[in-house]
Amino acid sequence: MRGPEITWYLCVAAFLFSTGALGVLLRRSPLIVLLSLEIMLNGANLALIAFARQQGDHDGQIFALAVMAVAASEVVVGLGLIVAMGRRRLELDVDRMTGLRG
Amino acid sequence: MGNFLVWLVWVVAGFGCLASGIAVISFRNPFFSALALIGNLASLAVLYLLLNAEFVAAAQVLVYAGAVMVMFLFVIAYFGEKAEVPRGRGRPTWIEVGAILAGGALLTEVIVVIGLKAGGKLSHSASVDASFGTPAEVGRLFLTDHLLAFEITSVVLLVAAVGGVILGAHSRSAQ
Repeated sequence: MRGPEITWYLCVAAFLFSTGALGVLLRRSPLIVLLSLEIMLNGANLALIAFARQQGDHDGQIFALAVMAVAASEVVVGLGLIVAMGRRRLELDVDRMTGLRG
Repeated sequence: MGNFLVWLVWVVAGFGCLASGIAVISFRNPFFSALALIGNLASLAVLYLLLNAEFVAAAQVLVYAGAVMVMFLFVIAYFGEKAEVPRGRGRPTWIEVGAILAGGALLTEVIVVIGLKAGGKLSHSASVDASFGTPAEVGRLFLTDHLLAFEITSVVLLVAAVGGVILGAHSRSAQ
């Protein structure tokens, strides 16, 4: 295989995943939390595709495409919720969304 | 020479990927975050191409950088670009310190595991022929070995579309 080994791709994937996790934990705007979730999903996708290349098997790529479809559905529902929050004049801040706190 | 070019493309795409990922979570303005995510997705598509995943790279650009990001940008434009106020007025709060520790721990764990496994099985990549990852091959697998996954995906997308419509209709009637 020309170019870097799978290990380097996995390091990039790990870095992307933890960047996304940091974004989910640190940011308060639900829009940016959703964007960070996309980064986490893409980190996982990169690892799946790297392993598919290493094994010489297509299953990882099929899984990555399924993850992409699930991510698109998740964005539809998430953005629908954010628009519903905005229409009810709720503040767009995940720290203030404490209605379900026990 | 060919190998050097592959490395060069990899370094540029990998660095662009990491830098735009950090840019997404550090911009105060959600509009710039969304633009940085488009850069992130594009450089990921380059990495997928280097891994012989041609169809996935094309789908990444079409589905993510195209459809999903347009939806994001519409919602951000709908709300206007309101910048986020920092939590602790300049000083780090407990939530932020904990989050950074948790993210750092996650990264260290995964890198250590990869480092332990590197050099062994991970270094040997299978040799693949030119049809690996092409639309023809992926499409054939979707309609033969992975037909169930394909059908479940279509149901998931349908349920998400119905859910989006219902969420929009309810928030309108509540006004």
